[in-house]
Amino acid sequence: MVEISNNKKLLRIALRNCGLLNPEDIFEYIALGGYESLGKAITQMTQDQVIDEIKKSGLRGRGGGGFPTGLKWELTKKQKSQEKFIICNADEGDPGAFMDRSILEGDPHSVLEAMAIGGYAIGARKGLIYIRAEYPLAIARLSTALQQAGENGLLGENIFGTDFSFDIYLKYGAGAFVCGEETALINSCEGKRGEPNYKPPYPVEEGYWGYPTCVNNVETFANIAPIITKGAQWFASLGTEKCKGTKVFALVGKIKNVGVIEVPMGTTLREIIYDIGGGIPGGRKFKAVQTGGPSGGVIGEANLDTPMDYDSLISIGSMMGSGGMIIMDETDNMVKIAKFYLEFTMDESCGRCTPCRIGTKRLYEILNKITSRKGTMADLDALKQLAYMVKDGSLCGLGQTAPNPVISTMKYFWDEYLAFIKDVDHPRGEGRYTAKNKIGIRS
Amino acid sequence: MTKPQAIDVNPSFKENLPKEKFDELDSFVNNLETTRSALIEILHKAQKIFGYLPRDVQLHIARKLGIPGAEVFGVVSFYSYFTTKPRGKHTISVCTGTACFVKGSDKIIERVKEKLGIGSNEITEDGLFTLKDVRCLGTCGMAPVMMIDDKVFGRVKEEDLDNIINSYRNKEL
Amino acid sequence: MKINSLDKLKKIRNEYQKNVCLRVNSTDSENSDIRIEILIGMATCGISAGAKDTFNAFQEELAKQGVNDAKVVSVGCIGYCHSEPTVQVNIRGREPVLYGNVKKEEVQEIVQKHIKGGNPIEALTLAINFERA
Ligand SMILES: Cc1cc2nc3c(=O)[nH]c(=O)nc-3n(C[C@H](O)[C@H](O)[C@H](O)COP(=O)(O)O)c2cc1C
Repeated sequence: MVEISNNKKLLRIALRNCGLLNPEDIFEYIALGGYESLGKAITQMTQDQVIDEIKKSGLRGRGGGGFPTGLKWELTKKQKSQEKFIICNADEGDPGAFMDRSILEGDPHSVLEAMAIGGYAIGARKGLIYIRAEYPLAIARLSTALQQAGENGLLGENIFGTDFSFDIYLKYGAGAFVCGEETALINSCEGKRGEPNYKPPYPVEEGYWGYPTCVNNVETFANIAPIITKGAQWFASLGTEKCKGTKVFALVGKIKNVGVIEVPMGTTLREIIYDIGGGIPGGRKFKAVQTGGPSGGVIGEANLDTPMDYDSLISIGSMMGSGGMIIMDETDNMVKIAKFYLEFTMDESCGRCTPCRIGTKRLYEILNKITSRKGTMADLDALKQLAYMVKDGSLCGLGQTAPNPVISTMKYFWDEYLAFIKDVDHPRGEGRYTAKNKIGIRS
Repeated sequence: MTKPQAIDVNPSFKENLPKEKFDELDSFVNNLETTRSALIEILHKAQKIFGYLPRDVQLHIARKLGIPGAEVFGVVSFYSYFTTKPRGKHTISVCTGTACFVKGSDKIIERVKEKLGIGSNEITEDGLFTLKDVRCLGTCGMAPVMMIDDKVFGRVKEEDLDNIINSYRNKEL
Repeated sequence: MKINSLDKLKKIRNEYQKNVCLRVNSTDSENSDIRIEILIGMATCGISAGAKDTFNAFQEELAKQGVNDAKVVSVGCIGYCHSEPTVQVNIRGREPVLYGNVKKEEVQEIVQKHIKGGNPIEALTLAINFERA
């Protein structure tokens, strides 16, 4: 018998129906109480009441930024415009993350229902789902769900006999990570190159074809229906003071129980990795965990007791990101990991702004020089300086966070960098180094 | 010295770009509610019909939509999903996402390259396979992962590769 | 058929409830129409681990062994990627049992010992460590 956890039951909200119902049958979803939140929202609540409920629940966007969802809805509602849009961000380009795919494949209706609730609250009649083309099964299940919801009158004209009408369209991505960024995503929805725009104006002011547009993540939407049925109070009682509810994480890499988990906000990394994840396989030692994908940083042993919430993670130089967690053991070299991420961001940089386009390439080149043991101390200085330049100078979140893996590995695994450097002494032999004291790195 | 460029207004129907396929694409475009913001959708369809997006197809779409060819090419070259080179009958995608990387996907892709004798984004001599390295198929739980057409193979080991590739080769015999 | 009011939605919910009440709480569902339910995780990970074969094997095996009050359902992923394909067996009046790594070879034994015999196969079971909202 495989022991998964020490009997502590975790509450699943976003994943409540995954693995429980047939995603291709709308009646199973209805039988489990589906679409009742939508009915309640549009027949018994005003737009402001819906927004208020979401605001009181304390729900924050699960796409990475952690922006309060209720506030975003309110801002979009306040815009004066004859047309508005609500977009579901199902791009999930972050390698190592597949929470959104699990939700879309296991419970597509929960996202559709929530989009309709959001559409009602902000005053939109049309919703778009931007989904990456690499997820053929999720696309198929979403299409089936859309068709069934339309046939049963749960989307379309005059839903539940009210004068609220709402339709959802699918838009396909084409393999570009930067299209997860909301302004790039909107450009891509319009059929253009997925390059980000300067903000402001924010999408809530000027988005899809210039109309106010609210962009939310799949997991954010998956939390909406339970909040409406069970109430904001219930949701706000879970999690930490500033981050309410639960978060879905994808545990991958060197961990026994690879998979998707949902834990209350504020659970520590140690609990996640050892109690739920089952620890590191093969009797090896834990070294680090990367959260937030290429935009996040590595977290070492010393910070394992950090509670997982948006603010704590930022304070230790990483970020929540969308929820991918890659666990690395003692056999992984952190400099090579940093190089791997830089190769990714270099490839995915859209080329719109110079710091990101050229900076990531230069960072990658320096890292390459270091890992091929040709680097000097001067290269390390240059690497550090350039990392902060790219971070401060880039236009969108991609460039602003691209150096995070470098900065955080330099901070926590400085020895591994020094081990590659050719002009320092290696008293314990080539490729090994123990620094006497930490050489100044700004944190 | 500049010389006037010959612009061929009629699409060139070549062997691999038959007129029926252009007609199929046209009828898809004609049936769209609106072509506004539909360029990516049309390109997806075109790639499904032709297998790739050669210059002629891009120009055809540009004329059909009344937009500059450069705009179409700009979009095609931006997204890694679109390809301007013909593809093999089967596309082998090896995931190079982080989870697969820490589980050794770099070795898998090297072995596949050796076995097929091609690099990534190239096509084998017999036209059977194209190799692609992709960013995360979202099946990280099964890392390392590779995908042939729409079928995902999880927990791939170097020893399994021969079997997997041969099973597709044998289908042709 | 259009669902044009909240009442109609509730009526449909009641109508279909008996199809799913085994899943919500299998220990007290007298009113369930179905006695045995086999849920097979069929998301991308599950399918790549062979869930489709497992699905077919269950249908064949149930027919072969003459079990005709069991329903095989394809569901989304439960998140236990480390043990795909996963299969959950719900029998009326009993706690649900979750199995991991159920390849088609394991199916015959599960049908024989658990579904017909009533004895879950300990070696394959996984603990369910969560509740659903
Ligand atoms: C480079 C980059 C990639 C992003 N990728 C995603 C993504 O894949 N999925 C997602 O939901 N949000 C992604 N975001 C965040 C979005 O810009 C946006 O904040 C989010 O969709 C808002 O939804 P939320 O408020 O529900 O979190 C990305 C941001 C950046 C800068």
